[in-house]
Amino acid sequence: MRRPGLVFAGAALAASCLAACGEKPQTNAQGVKHDAVPWSGTGTQENVGTVFTAPGWKVGDKTAWQQQLKTRAQNGQNEYNKEN
Amino acid sequence: MARMKFVCDAERCIECNGCVTACKNENEVPWGVNRRRVVTLNDGVPGEKSISVACMHCSDAPCMAVCPVQCFYRTEEGVVLHDKDVCIGCGYCSYACPFGAPQFPSQGTFGVRGKMDKCTFCAGGPEANGSEAEFEKYGRNRLAEGKLPACAEMCSTKALLAGDGDVVADIFRTRVVQRGKGAEVWGWGTAYGSQQAGTPPAGGVRK
Repeated sequence: MRRPGLVFAGAALAASCLAACGEKPQTNAQGVKHDAVPWSGTGTQENVGTVFTAPGWKVGDKTAWQQQLKTRAQNGQNEYNKEN
Repeated sequence: MARMKFVCDAERCIECNGCVTACKNENEVPWGVNRRRVVTLNDGVPGEKSISVACMHCSDAPCMAVCPVQCFYRTEEGVVLHDKDVCIGCGYCSYACPFGAPQFPSQGTFGVRGKMDKCTFCAGGPEANGSEAEFEKYGRNRLAEGKLPACAEMCSTKALLAGDGDVVADIFRTRVVQRGKGAEVWGWGTAYGSQQAGTPPAGGVRK
């Protein structure tokens, strides 16, 4: 009869200990206005870029945007790629 | 994706203030406000170094913790932004920030302290991406254009690196290995929570 109680208490203890390992929420919990995602572009229409949008990626595609920034960082800031 | 981060390579910074100028021009920052500035470490001492400092978009940002009106938020990419419509200009964030990032315009209608202004990692603010309202309050939204912050892209010696934390750390690591010195990443430990690179661990040298 005591076993289920012990198991439950153990599980509760483990859950409370592991809760400290979690990352703090990165979302806007306090309710101020939230920004649109950057890969949605800057155009007035959703997922449409402007003349200022850098070429080489598809606006609205998160993966393409991430790859664009990585490529841009490597090409623009890592001259070892060019020298070696 | 890793978080967006800044790294300033003190071995390369030549104190040209190009990053400061690029930031002011790109975001049309008002007089009296410098979102980014160049600081000299150990000024006048042989071996002095210069670094470019702005908001580091900390992993656990103290400005967010102390803001009484909770005007800060963090984007999915780890960029710390704030809502100027909520900010009351109290200045608590200025005292909390270890980098002196929060700036206060002194020419407003309401006395010496207007709404706080700081580096946005060229990611604008909570207004619609690329809108006129966003530009007037926060500056350009280059991230939404698929670009990196203007300060880093403008840096002539590539001392200032900005972008995905994994990428900029890898670029910096390559440099350190190649030149065999200059592993100190000023502010990295303070902002992103790891031990200050290049310094020995507490309690002696690691074996």
